[in-house]
Amino acid sequence: MSLRNAPMQTPVPHPDKTSLFRPDIRAEIDHWIAKYPPEWQQSACMAALMIVQEDNGGHLTTELMDKVADYLDMPPIAVYEVGSFYAMYEHKPVGRHKICLCTNISCMLNGSDHIYQHLQQRLGIRFGEVTEDGQFSLKEVECLGACCGAPMMQIGKTYYEHLTPQRVDQILDRLEAADGK
Amino acid sequence: MATPESITLQVDGQTLTARPGQMLIEVTDQAGLNVPRFCYHKHLSVAANCRMCLVEVKGAPKPLPACATPCTDGMEVATQSALAREAQQGTMEFLLINHPLDCPICDQGGECELQDVAMGYGGDVSRYTERKRVVQDENIGSLIATDMTRCIHCTRCIRFGSEIAGLRELGATGRGEHMRIGTYIAQSVASELSGNVIDLCPVGALTSRPYRYTARSWELHQAETIAPHDGVGSSLYLHLRRNQILRVVPKENPDCHQTWISDRDRFAYTGINHPDRLTQPMIRENGTLRTASWSEALQQAADLIRATRAERLGLLASPNATLEEYYLGQQLMTGLGSRNIDHRLRQVDFRDDAVNPPYPWLGCRIAELEQNDITFLIGSWLRKDQPLLNHRVHQSVRAGGQVIAVNPVAYDHNYPLALNCVVSPAQMACELAGIAQALKADTEGLAVTVTHAHQQAAEQLRAAQHGSIILGTAAQMHPDYALLRRLAAHIAQAAGLNWGTVGFGCNDLGAWIAGAVPHHTTEATTGQHAAQMQQGGCDTLILLGLEPEADVADPQQTAQALTQARVIALSAYRSPLLEQTADVILPIGVATETSGSFISLQGDRQSFAGAAPPPGEARPGWKVLRVLGNALELAGFDYPDSTHIRDAALQHHTTPLPDNCLGPDRAALQPQATVHNWQRIGGVPIYATDAIVRRAAPLQATPDAWDDTARLNPRMLAEHNLSAGAAVRLTQGEHSITLAVCSDARVPDGCVWYPTGLPGSTQLGASFAHISLEPA
Ligand code: SF4
Ligand code: FES
Ligand code: FES
Repeated sequence: MSLRNAPMQTPVPHPDKTSLFRPDIRAEIDHWIAKYPPEWQQSACMAALMIVQEDNGGHLTTELMDKVADYLDMPPIAVYEVGSFYAMYEHKPVGRHKICLCTNISCMLNGSDHIYQHLQQRLGIRFGEVTEDGQFSLKEVECLGACCGAPMMQIGKTYYEHLTPQRVDQILDRLEAADGK
Repeated sequence: MATPESITLQVDGQTLTARPGQMLIEVTDQAGLNVPRFCYHKHLSVAANCRMCLVEVKGAPKPLPACATPCTDGMEVATQSALAREAQQGTMEFLLINHPLDCPICDQGGECELQDVAMGYGGDVSRYTERKRVVQDENIGSLIATDMTRCIHCTRCIRFGSEIAGLRELGATGRGEHMRIGTYIAQSVASELSGNVIDLCPVGALTSRPYRYTARSWELHQAETIAPHDGVGSSLYLHLRRNQILRVVPKENPDCHQTWISDRDRFAYTGINHPDRLTQPMIRENGTLRTASWSEALQQAADLIRATRAERLGLLASPNATLEEYYLGQQLMTGLGSRNIDHRLRQVDFRDDAVNPPYPWLGCRIAELEQNDITFLIGSWLRKDQPLLNHRVHQSVRAGGQVIAVNPVAYDHNYPLALNCVVSPAQMACELAGIAQALKADTEGLAVTVTHAHQQAAEQLRAAQHGSIILGTAAQMHPDYALLRRLAAHIAQAAGLNWGTVGFGCNDLGAWIAGAVPHHTTEATTGQHAAQMQQGGCDTLILLGLEPEADVADPQQTAQALTQARVIALSAYRSPLLEQTADVILPIGVATETSGSFISLQGDRQSFAGAAPPPGEARPGWKVLRVLGNALELAGFDYPDSTHIRDAALQHHTTPLPDNCLGPDRAALQPQATVHNWQRIGGVPIYATDAIVRRAAPLQATPDAWDDTARLNPRMLAEHNLSAGAAVRLTQGEHSITLAVCSDARVPDGCVWYPTGLPGSTQLGASFAHISLEPA
């Protein structure tokens, strides 16, 4: 047997892919599919999961992953594998702002523990939890490649570096103000 | 000297030859050099993720995995050098870190690859003192038990799913420490080949659920046999303790099933020791059955036979009997002057008997199916009917081949079809005629319009270098089987392909050779075929190994015929119809309890010995037939053992090579399948094929066990104002059954999919016939 990897196939493609997602979502996924050779549309799996996760308010469900599988002609388990492997996919509801705090080595040496304590005090939640009003959730992540700015966290698509409790407060205050609270 | 086809390399000082690019481990395996491994399997793709097979290659900076290192000319390899040993021991230590080492309570203990390799490469004492990870088990069905904490993430089971089963059901979810093998959503695995992961799993993570905790491998002894459920002829090892079969595993046969077997072959043994087993002869006295001694029962049987005119005496044989049983049955009937013998119990169209080939078969070797550019399935759910044939077709598709089908149901295949023509049974012959016409072949006088699809099919068939046309189980049960078969032959001839049939049961070819068919004798006379006997053509019927309400084409007619006739049943299992109608019951053994031979669809004769004695007073079928012959004072029934019967059977047969050619002088055929209001689609579900399988509880608990519902497509349901789950009454002839309907888009319009071999269908008539349906 060979080392060559063949694209995964499902025996029968989903009969009506337009029924799976809204047109705008389909357009976004199709944009990613177009980047790969036609028989490798499954390569768009990660992007598709991001797109549907975002549309679903930040987390994936089995139904959504099944739809992605149908859309890309993949066996559902293959999508579950991707969805459960990468840390950026959520399988439970998250807050409007998902705070990803790095606790890997550089950040830990530079005091990420204090930042965590401060966040716990301010928000009243621990890693893996969501505030009651659904505004914030807290997540422990591994190195995000910003060690030079340790300790750091990511909220949404923004990196915040050189954190101190005061800076964390400023950041969260601003987010709360923007949300109109 | 190295040639481009072969290179030489040095392994542990030995000079070995290899094909360029061949993986090192294949070459060391061939040479008998042991390289430890977990993830490598010769029939699966290379994953190289366990790292157990590390070896030292001269010039490489670090040890290389033998399973993923292609051989090069002049390569120097050491599998046991200090560097290699250290790498192997290091890998072993890591693999054992999270393994629970619970061998004393593990079913795999004593036959575990991890245990074996750890003996050779593991340390005596673990240096690991931290907590081990624990993985929660999933319930993945009635066949496979899971203990996922033991998993070493070799991914063999995952690769098996995508590459062999064609159905990726298991996967590795999560990452690193949290990675786990499972279905993620805790569902039963549905593949008909799923049990093979039990053999593949190198540890005790996936084990056989029915066998679980029943025995230790060293308490078992091993016997060889041939799988008695389909014509593939898979070789099996039976593992027995105190004459009881505790499990079944494959015996490798590269020409046939390689290392895989179907779940049916693996788990059907669980139906052997069912309470329905007959253990004592019985005779009917004043209307009721009572147990009797063998001599009494045989006497009674002989008396009944003697009192019957030869032309009103018939023998219906199960398609799963042995060559020896068929031959003795044939000899018995011939000796009594009757040719009323048949094993084609589910066939209804016998119009071509006069031109039948003497020895029909698959049309090619099983392994050749893998080389096909095209496979044309006609009336075949190959995946469920003959799973290991389908495996070869699946491999041909993976290699770029195509499959097209003309079927009465949009059966689920585990590969995409290039063309899937799903039409009502009555329409099938027209579709074939259309393709034949597009190939400018004989259309058997059917008027056809050639559609685009026909053209396309014809082009694909013509373009193929190697191809097979397979007439499946549904085609053989079809009222126009003769027509379908002729059209298949014409298409095959025009396109230059081979063609064949899958037969009934596991020993169709054996039955043909032994003469368990009403024609093809040295004498010119022809007896009654199975349908005529089912229609009441006999006053005395001998039943050989069948369950008359489930193994025949038309259970209703059969019940009537048996009620009117005197019945002598050689049977392993009791069934309601037998108990109602049999005058003499002679208990016989199932295939594992008798010596005998099966001839597979590819023409291989495979003999086996009995592995366990039949229960109680039951005896192997051939012995019962032998004494019956003696009791009737017929000549030539003094065989000392079954091998003599086999030799006689093979000698008696004059056409040594299998052949599908239909004879000349064929009468014109009119289509018999007609369009009605409702047409029944029959077929036999995978776990309803024979008496043993129908009684195998673990198989009956899988998703492939047929729920007792009638299937209609959603359009038909709407048209008739039926909702899924509504009760309907199905009527054929004088009998009705009431059951739920369900919605199934695979069924064509105007059809009801309700197979045979089910509890409900024992009340109904023929499989592909008119049926009426009304709300109940
Ligand atoms: S369950 Fe068994 S076969 Fe599957 S990955 Fe784990 S060890 Fe390998
Ligand atoms: S360790 Fe925190 S960003 Fe690298
Ligand atoms: S057998 Fe080679 S890496 Fe697993």
